[in-house]
Amino acid sequence: MPAPSDRRYSDSHEWHKPEGDLVVIGITRFAVDQLTDVTFVDMKPMGTSVSKGDPVGEVESVKTTSDIYSSVDGEIAEVNAELADKPGLINEDCYGKGWLVKIKPSDPGQIDQLMDADAYTASGGS
Amino acid sequence: MLKTPLNKLHHEHGGNMVEFAGWEMPIAYGSIQDEHVQVRTKGGLFDVSHMGRLKITGRHARRLIARACTRRIGDMQQGQCRYGLVCNEQGGVKDDILVYRMDDTEFLLVVNASNREKIVEHLNNIIQAEEMVAKLEDQTMKTAMVAIQGPKVMDLVSRVSSEVPTLKRYRFTVKNLLIAKLIVSRTGYTGEDGVEVILPAGIVETALKLLLKDADLKAKDSDMKLVGLGARDTLRLEAGMPLYGHELGEDINALACGVDFAIALDKDQGDLPEPFIGQEALKKTRDQGGPPQTLAAFVAEGKRTPRQGMPVMIEGKQVGVITSGCMSPTLGVPIAMGFIDRQHNTPGTRVTIDAGRAELPAEVRANPLYTKPKTK
Repeated sequence: MPAPSDRRYSDSHEWHKPEGDLVVIGITRFAVDQLTDVTFVDMKPMGTSVSKGDPVGEVESVKTTSDIYSSVDGEIAEVNAELADKPGLINEDCYGKGWLVKIKPSDPGQIDQLMDADAYTASGGS
Repeated sequence: MLKTPLNKLHHEHGGNMVEFAGWEMPIAYGSIQDEHVQVRTKGGLFDVSHMGRLKITGRHARRLIARACTRRIGDMQQGQCRYGLVCNEQGGVKDDILVYRMDDTEFLLVVNASNREKIVEHLNNIIQAEEMVAKLEDQTMKTAMVAIQGPKVMDLVSRVSSEVPTLKRYRFTVKNLLIAKLIVSRTGYTGEDGVEVILPAGIVETALKLLLKDADLKAKDSDMKLVGLGARDTLRLEAGMPLYGHELGEDINALACGVDFAIALDKDQGDLPEPFIGQEALKKTRDQGGPPQTLAAFVAEGKRTPRQGMPVMIEGKQVGVITSGCMSPTLGVPIAMGFIDRQHNTPGTRVTIDAGRAELPAEVRANPLYTKPKTK
């Protein structure tokens, strides 16, 4: 499945999708393939303020533990609670039900600096 | 990157290919957890052709291996395999190996992919330094090796061979197929029953078809599926088997690794003395009461997984370090192996594993954490 064109992509393989006045963050298919089966997700709580480049939490898989980074400044507005019991949703549907956090950005224009789907695919991502 | 003779098969089956010790190898074809369960409940086929296969022949072949290996070689019978370590002079571990005794003057060693060149050099150094008549031939590139592991494997194998299922653990037989020779051993690295097969690279696909008969590797509920290196790691961890680079290394004393059964400290004695490199250092360690830290298995509470390098703590003081960890697919809890101060290495000891962002309560357990159910 190609990277969806309705969102932007970071070098560290997170996707950022505008949704109303929020930005939804998740990880890409490429990242999921590298991580393999996700076993545990630990995102920082709602209300945490983050700066561009800060980790918003960790994703653990059978193989490894990875930090997940925000590419926007803002505050965590929502955390995907469903992942607590079903971390495998990330493997099943990383671009949909497997989203991680929603950020209320202080500058919504920031995500325009990220790669679009074509650029991300061209860089080897998926 | 080096490619095994089964490289095409991995790609055809959607293998998630990664670089491993210079080889392009599949981590998994789908889910590591599913592949793990497949091996615990049915059967899995692993390409382990990346491992080194070294043929050693000559008048001093036995003496050479006996000198390099921590295990007695002289009393091995033809058709027997033995697991052992190769040590450095300090008693650290250069590699763990499987020795096959083909006959009195021919042996086969299976070594780790990442250590193949090092072991070849080490053996050649011994040949030179001790003026032995022995020849070493690296057969890795012209052969393939597969592991077929799981509770349903021997049933499947019995359909093509009546002899193989009668092999005892750590025994092998040489079978003829077409014009080629296959070495089939009842060995493995998963904690399950099964075999490992070494065969000429050119016939591996044909041989697999014959061996697997009508088993469809792609069918959803097949008794036999391809399994990648990811599950190989979680399987061996549950089964308490050490892995070079984690529980074994040049700086880790061989007596610390939980494989004392494979270290014959007295093999310089007896009718056929076999002093081995590292033996003096290891005897000294033993005489001092053993290494200060030894290998332990851990079970952690919660959902976080201990990882290599995380400190093991008791009452705020570091007493050890984690060497491997995973969320155990069979047990459903986070498990690990690691080194811990000898006096604390008792099942039931409560520890805390420092995972950086969190502290994981954990307990020392008897190794291995998983033993296959007894069937017969």
